[in-house]
Amino acid sequence: MSDTASNNGTAQRGGSRLGAATPWIVSIVILAIIPFVFTSNSAITIMNQMAITIVFALAYNMLLGQGGMLSFGHAVYMGVGGFMCVHIMNYVEDYSLPLPLPVLPLFGGLFGLGLATIVGSFSTRKAGTVFAMISLGVGELIAACSVIIVAFFGGEEGVSGDRTYGLPFFGIEFLHQIEVYYLIAFWLLLSALLMFLYSRTPIGRMANAVRDNPERAEFLGYSARWVRFFSFCASGFFAGIAGGLFAINYEILTEENLNLVQSGSILLITFLGGVGYFFGPIIGAVVFTLLQTVLSLETELWQLYVGALFVATVMYFPGGLAGILMMHMPAIRMGKAGLLVMPYIKTVLPAIIGTLGLAALIETIFHIRHAATGDEEMTLFWTTFNSHSVLPWLVMILVTVTGYWLTRRNLPELRRAWHEANTIDGSPS
Amino acid sequence: MDLVLVNLIDGLVTGLLLFMLSAGLTLIFSMMGVLNFAHASFYMLGAYFAYQISTYMGFWMGLLIAPIIVGIAGAGIERYGLRKVHQYGHVPELIFTFGLALLIEEVVQFIWGKSQMPYEPPEILQFTLFSISGNAIPAYKVFMIFVSIAIFLALLYVLTRTRVGMVIQAALSYPKTVEALGHNVPLVFMGVFGVGTALAGLAGVIAGPVLGTFPGMAFLLGSIVFVTIVIGGLGSLWGALVASLLIGWITTFAASYNVAMADVLIALGFEQPVDLSESAWRDLWSLTLPQIGPILPYLLMVLILVFRPYGLFGKRDV
Amino acid sequence: MRITTRIGVSSVLALAISAGAAFAENIKIAFIDPLSGPFASTGTNGLNQYEFAAQYLVNDKGGVLDGDMFEIVGFDNKISPKESLIQLQVAIDQGIRYIVQGNSSGVANALTEAIEKHNRRNPDSRVLFLNYSAVDPALTNDKCNFWHFRFDANADIKMDALTDVIAQSDDITKVYIIGQDYSFGKAVASAAVEMLGEKRPDIEIVGNELHPIGKVKDFTPYARKIVASEANAVITGNWGSDMLGLGKAVIENGYTGPIFNYYAGSDGITAAFGESGKGILMQVSEGKLNPPEEKALEYFTAFREKYPESDVSQPRITNVIEMLAKAIDQAGTADDVVAVANALEGMEHDSIWGGKVFIRPQDHQAIQDVHILAHTNEGVQIDLDNSEFGPVAVNTVEMAAMDSATTCKMKRP
Repeated sequence: MSDTASNNGTAQRGGSRLGAATPWIVSIVILAIIPFVFTSNSAITIMNQMAITIVFALAYNMLLGQGGMLSFGHAVYMGVGGFMCVHIMNYVEDYSLPLPLPVLPLFGGLFGLGLATIVGSFSTRKAGTVFAMISLGVGELIAACSVIIVAFFGGEEGVSGDRTYGLPFFGIEFLHQIEVYYLIAFWLLLSALLMFLYSRTPIGRMANAVRDNPERAEFLGYSARWVRFFSFCASGFFAGIAGGLFAINYEILTEENLNLVQSGSILLITFLGGVGYFFGPIIGAVVFTLLQTVLSLETELWQLYVGALFVATVMYFPGGLAGILMMHMPAIRMGKAGLLVMPYIKTVLPAIIGTLGLAALIETIFHIRHAATGDEEMTLFWTTFNSHSVLPWLVMILVTVTGYWLTRRNLPELRRAWHEANTIDGSPS
Repeated sequence: MDLVLVNLIDGLVTGLLLFMLSAGLTLIFSMMGVLNFAHASFYMLGAYFAYQISTYMGFWMGLLIAPIIVGIAGAGIERYGLRKVHQYGHVPELIFTFGLALLIEEVVQFIWGKSQMPYEPPEILQFTLFSISGNAIPAYKVFMIFVSIAIFLALLYVLTRTRVGMVIQAALSYPKTVEALGHNVPLVFMGVFGVGTALAGLAGVIAGPVLGTFPGMAFLLGSIVFVTIVIGGLGSLWGALVASLLIGWITTFAASYNVAMADVLIALGFEQPVDLSESAWRDLWSLTLPQIGPILPYLLMVLILVFRPYGLFGKRDV
Repeated sequence: MRITTRIGVSSVLALAISAGAAFAENIKIAFIDPLSGPFASTGTNGLNQYEFAAQYLVNDKGGVLDGDMFEIVGFDNKISPKESLIQLQVAIDQGIRYIVQGNSSGVANALTEAIEKHNRRNPDSRVLFLNYSAVDPALTNDKCNFWHFRFDANADIKMDALTDVIAQSDDITKVYIIGQDYSFGKAVASAAVEMLGEKRPDIEIVGNELHPIGKVKDFTPYARKIVASEANAVITGNWGSDMLGLGKAVIENGYTGPIFNYYAGSDGITAAFGESGKGILMQVSEGKLNPPEEKALEYFTAFREKYPESDVSQPRITNVIEMLAKAIDQAGTADDVVAVANALEGMEHDSIWGGKVFIRPQDHQAIQDVHILAHTNEGVQIDLDNSEFGPVAVNTVEMAAMDSATTCKMKRP
């Protein structure tokens, strides 16, 4: 009797272990085959950028999401790690040291860790605003140093190296983007896995406890300060790894890797993705990189849209994009997600169309104000029209208004369906 | 010696300008717990609105109307944006203002373009009031000093001598108790936010003509305002004033005196390397005070936070 | 609804057909510069100038080779080196072989290194880098490579011309040098000290300092120092809001001597200075806008008709387009960039702004007339910012720094 029970238990645990491994296996498969889907060099470059941002955002979320610590100067740990890696790359080239390129990010991580240890020793004494403002001050100081200490940071031109002069690694010289992609993908998986496992360790769990209730954590005998310090160091380490990957991919680091803009955007990315879930920052990094590199090819106003998207996310979905996805888990578990499909089509689709219409209006106004005289033709959504004639305006206004009106009209239906889908059958609703 | 006097006046102008921004921010921060990242954006809005109004109705109407519009906009954002986010906690609130700052900058660029605006001081103030050994003190700067001092006195009066001020002061320390006493704390919040942003707008109106009206003006001032209120201590009007003047004078004097690191190092007994370009410490040896002037406030802030986390005049932790 | 669909479908079809026709013979040129963010006004203005130059100077005259047209494709690099490298990759993937960039020497430096590496690693998709504005001397000295061509006079050449002019004017006895704390500001300062020392050892340099770039809110303390030093000439490499802030503070503080500068024009700066900068701002630049050559005035009139809000702030852009067209014609191909580069080397060209442009083969630096241009509203036919103010040439150094030394050791493919 007891035998079967324990057997059952093992089987279940084995099953759950397999279940836990599923996302990782899927990720490996996706990372492995995606270069065969998007084969162009620019797509691979963008994917590299995404992967680097993912590592950095995950590292940042160790502070913000898991530790509840808001940092305004986290770019410096990634930046300093990256700068050290470029310097090491140059040493390897100058003195022909036997250091294969793939281990380089480790050094970036160690230097990020080193700097985080120094700064963390005084910044993590308090949480909240004190920590945030110290991080802002230190970030600003180090960023300012980058143009003053030219010997290390190279001024505004930065420091550059060449990844191909190092030792070939099993015959791979890292001449091509695709080789670099697999190297970065490997480090992405490794560091994501390590960060995930870290969040499962007692110290990772304690970070959550300290975030939610530092006093109670102290009563349990844990020093809140040390817990914060460890989170901070670990986060600095992984940020440094991201810096090392940046050094390998771009072979140059400049002041922009350290400054407040970079620190601010990683905060936005992480929050956009959702700080409450481990995979949130991954979504944020992917979406933001796409917006930054692809949307900016399409329109000069991309920052306006990103700003609006961001403010809307904070206002309506504080859980971020990951929060939106996870909202549906109960319904999916109950097998009632199907109930939501039609209402979604009825509300979200018109909302998207309305938003596109609004964006088209903004673009047209922008075109009228800024295009060359006589240049009245403009192309939007694969349609070329005259921005000064009335018809396109009518169409756009009609589309926008109808889109939003339909959304508004169908919203109660969605609400009902949502309620229905999230109610256990048989229970009084 | 004359230059010292001139620098004192210049530093006073910078400091008082900073004070107008930080006064509103410190009230908002200590009352609502929000680090309002968009505060400097309201300063920018003030300058742009005033420029736009001044092209139709002249500078003085701009001075009068623009801060009011900015204040109304600020109150509106508090009512329909911030209050909604308030329920999620402080971090989302802060991130909301962060996104708002980005959005305001983009909207300003969309409407007014990306170039400098030719926003000028009014004709009647475009003369030199007096000069100290060849250094002209423009009448406009003196005007700025008077406006800022008037604002400070008015704020001080309202906060310490009126009923509304008492409620605000009480709400600073014990928001829950004040609410329990039947005061409409959300309304107070909205009012403080509106007045704070209006002050920032006013600062923009009078600073725009001298410091330039361009889309980057908010970012340029952005974080230094936080530094000011943290150094001064949260919720303290006097602290904000002292810290603003301190920062104004530090940056002005640092920019004025070419103290070279090499001299300091030699005075300390170090020997200057013969070939500077080969030395790893070359950047340290060639460092001068004006180079690091703008980052001194950050250094000061970090030191203060480490050793005295409640700031110069604050009563509680930041 | 149906009608709109039909309009939509037909226009998409029309677009597809016209696109097919247009793309077949176009020679694409990637313009990688900031089109969003704080420097977007300079970038957008540059893009307008390129599009107009390509249309007016090449396409309207029948294009190059057998009627191939130039097409400018804008890429937004947000003035970030990292983004520039991504956009470079996107441009190369689109089959673009010519890259133009100008804003920020930091970006130019990142691009020239990346292009060098790319051309070495991918010999089938080599690209040329036509730098039209980044003036860090290192780009045609220590960091030069075969793929990089610079059409602007570099910081040293400009300083050479500037100091020639200062040397002739006897009332300048005390000079104050001030600049932004980064490579370009430092290059300007060291070149000024060195060349003034050679040409006019009697001139006293009463101040030489750097201020943090883009971080100074109020330039008054600097202005006080300049006035207190009794300098009668100021030299600065500042640009953007740092230029405007410094200039305004200095003038407001009662300074009346010349401010010799590199970049006090356009993007709202000319308009913001207006009357106050008259007789004070002296810009050193290639491209004689005023008094204009006949061809230049025609070009400008046509440009303003098309872009009423934009300026011809970077006259060298016409040289880039015309010389590239010539080189492609000479090489007989647009695909083999080595042949085009060889044709560009040593090319002499009559600029529409007057004077000649010569590409020095040993370092790919364009040698041309450099002018001292005064900010004024008298005799201005080509103005900036629609302000009726503009630059008028008061001094010209012909073929400036033709024989200057270079440390470039060019490796040819």
